[in-house]
Amino acid sequence: MAAWPLIRLIPRSTHYRFVRWAPVAAIFSLILIVGSGVSFFTQGLNLGIDFKGGVALEARMPTAIDLDELRKVAKSTGAHDVQVQGFGSANSAMIRFLPTEGVNANVEANRIKTEIIAKFPGMTMPAPTVIGAKVSGELLLGGFKALGIALLLMLGYIWFRFQWQFAVGAVVAVFHDIILTLGILSVMQIEFSMTSVAALLTVIGYSMNEKVITFDRLKENLRKYKTTPLRDIIDLSENERLSRTIITGSTALLALGGTMIFGGPVLFPLVFTMVFGIAIGTYSSIYIALPLILVWGVKRGDEEAKPVKLGAASQP
Amino acid sequence: MLSLSRWKIVLVTLSVIFGIVFTLPNLLPQKTLDALPGWVPKQKLNLGLDLQGGSYLLYEVDTAQLRKERLDNLVEDVRNTLRTAGIDFNGLAQANGVIGVRIDDASKVNAAVTELRKLGSPLASGVGTDVNVATRADQRIELTFSPDAARADASKAVDQSIETIRRRIDSLGTKEPTITRQGADRIVIQAAGESDPERLKAVIGKTAKLTFQMVDETVTPEEMASGRMPPGTVMVPSGDGYAPAYALKKRAVVSGEELVDAQQAFDGQSGRPVVSFRFNGSGSKKFGDATARNIGKRFAIVLDNKVISAPTIQTPILGGSGQITGNFTVESASELSLLLRSGALPAQLNIEEQRTVGAELGADAVRAGAISLAIGAAAMFVFIILAYGLFGVFAALALVANVLLIVGIMSFSQATLTFPGIAGLILTLAVAVDANVLIYERMRDEAAAGRSPMSAADTGYKLALVSILDANITSLISAGIMFSFGSGPVKGFAWTLAIGVFTSLFTAIIITQVLIGWWFKAAKPKKLPIA
Repeated sequence: MAAWPLIRLIPRSTHYRFVRWAPVAAIFSLILIVGSGVSFFTQGLNLGIDFKGGVALEARMPTAIDLDELRKVAKSTGAHDVQVQGFGSANSAMIRFLPTEGVNANVEANRIKTEIIAKFPGMTMPAPTVIGAKVSGELLLGGFKALGIALLLMLGYIWFRFQWQFAVGAVVAVFHDIILTLGILSVMQIEFSMTSVAALLTVIGYSMNEKVITFDRLKENLRKYKTTPLRDIIDLSENERLSRTIITGSTALLALGGTMIFGGPVLFPLVFTMVFGIAIGTYSSIYIALPLILVWGVKRGDEEAKPVKLGAASQP
Repeated sequence: MLSLSRWKIVLVTLSVIFGIVFTLPNLLPQKTLDALPGWVPKQKLNLGLDLQGGSYLLYEVDTAQLRKERLDNLVEDVRNTLRTAGIDFNGLAQANGVIGVRIDDASKVNAAVTELRKLGSPLASGVGTDVNVATRADQRIELTFSPDAARADASKAVDQSIETIRRRIDSLGTKEPTITRQGADRIVIQAAGESDPERLKAVIGKTAKLTFQMVDETVTPEEMASGRMPPGTVMVPSGDGYAPAYALKKRAVVSGEELVDAQQAFDGQSGRPVVSFRFNGSGSKKFGDATARNIGKRFAIVLDNKVISAPTIQTPILGGSGQITGNFTVESASELSLLLRSGALPAQLNIEEQRTVGAELGADAVRAGAISLAIGAAAMFVFIILAYGLFGVFAALALVANVLLIVGIMSFSQATLTFPGIAGLILTLAVAVDANVLIYERMRDEAAAGRSPMSAADTGYKLALVSILDANITSLISAGIMFSFGSGPVKGFAWTLAIGVFTSLFTAIIITQVLIGWWFKAAKPKKLPIA
């Protein structure tokens, strides 16, 4: 039977020395984490009205909207903290503002709507979205609570299934993924909404998947090769899982790629986060979660394996 | 494992049939669907508001205001009770939920306590009453609502509000809105297809609290101007255009709760639109007594703390029916009668969240979602078949079955499919592919290790299962968390993800196993096609 092209394309057995590059990867990750932190604390996340509260008005026109002009008009209505941005196509835009304290948000939204439409003949605005400050605070808190609890439960599960070193490695790697994902959302100023929390949880889920599946192989190999140095077993396990990682990662990216292009502006932040998360989750499995296990060593059979210093090659 | 046990074949066949039968209604036009006999499943996917268009409104019942109102009423009750009993008092006031009063005559404190205890109504638990009466030093008596009573009050107010809102919306003719309670004091209203929530809000937002109160004729124009009212009297702004405000007795003679009917009608003499109403038995009696006692005086009809009109009582109104005159148009009169018929909201509702998706935008979203789903699935098919050839075809068939099952289960269970849910669906498919990849890679490993094809395939399934289960359990954990903490679309996403975990496990493991088992039986291969 003739071999299929892709089977030949992806090498059957590889011998990459992943762990050797772990220190380099660690520095690389550290730089990215610092960068994410800087962006996070200087410009912050572009919080959507789910978390910030306020009013969002969508404007649609049969022709292209002059965003600068719209921004000027929207500001002249006296609304607070006005933001105007393009939304999907040139013919639509999103206007967001915070309601004046003590004034009914709906009444104000309708006033601003009327004032803007008066300046732009042909413009239509569907009903506004209004999120009260109370609800938005609860949503944000709930979102972070969900993230925290999900992480704790997964930590517990991995601890139960493997050893605590694995659990710590996985959780550090997943934190790394979360920080970098939030970082890129902050750098690119992609809107962070309730669905972004869902995306983030999915990223965590996928990233954990990657880790668990490699851990599984590692656990098996630890039993199989009792005397081989830990770092070699880690390399071996990663190599053995490589073709699977490539195939699964590519199918996931292919599947989401279609949605990123054709899903429209509403779905874009969600899918972008997931695509980025899949890439970063794969990277952190290989270069962070598993090499981290080396720092503490693992239990093999009855005796504790000795911790190995990172960076010192045990094999020529 | 690869043995084709009968139960596996039956299970696979049944599940695929289930998937097809329950997915089909989504693909057939409504007309064909209507023509089918009654026993055929016709439930379509329950699309979320973000996909079909509609309005989502989250209201919060103002329980603080409700409590304040109850306390205010209790202060009036205390005043009336003590006066009726002939007990002199001073310093009647309410602060931080505690009503305090000082009895002038020390010997009458006990009598006062006995009288005031009667103000409480029994609690639902049957033990004690909702008002606690306690004596303090210096002849003071303090009254408080028990915490249970406050909670029960708030809860009752939310239930009552939901009922009232339902009656109001029903009379609007909006298509099947769902009105649900959320948490302790919130109400969620979802109206599919209603892309202009203003009409909804107009009828929901009005408290429609109607009271009939006597005008306090002893208040002088000077007192009116300065705004200083005698105890038991309040100044209420006017909506009738005759006077800026009226001084009214705080205690209502009758309230709207005792109305049994209200209709828009025309006044017999002037021909102007009015609202005619009818009281129930006790309301009729109260109204009759009050009007009989106060002939020649004025009473005010107050709606939402605004005086609609303040006519002079000409004759006692004994029949229990009357009419409200005011500056009405036919529309405003019928709106008011609708509000009165459906009853007052026990407390004010504050809008906390409003989301609307236009029907057109919803249709766009469905189209975009369907296209991206199709492209994603197609890309996966091509890739997996390229990667694994014949076994890839099996995996692709399992994927198709997976989609059918998810859509089937979601239609059957009427779970809501949201926009993020579509993304969840795509991710589910990707993870389902992962299960097959894990199995096939295992087979290759085992074949490379020198096992016979049959044994390699068998072991592949066995060993991969552990990893697959581990991976899916972590997915299920995050789905569970999202479901319990998320709201709206996120919940939908989590639900889709959770259903997907189970269908993926089933299709990726069992269905491919049956297919590969058949193939082994038919082809008797000497070598694994993926080795």
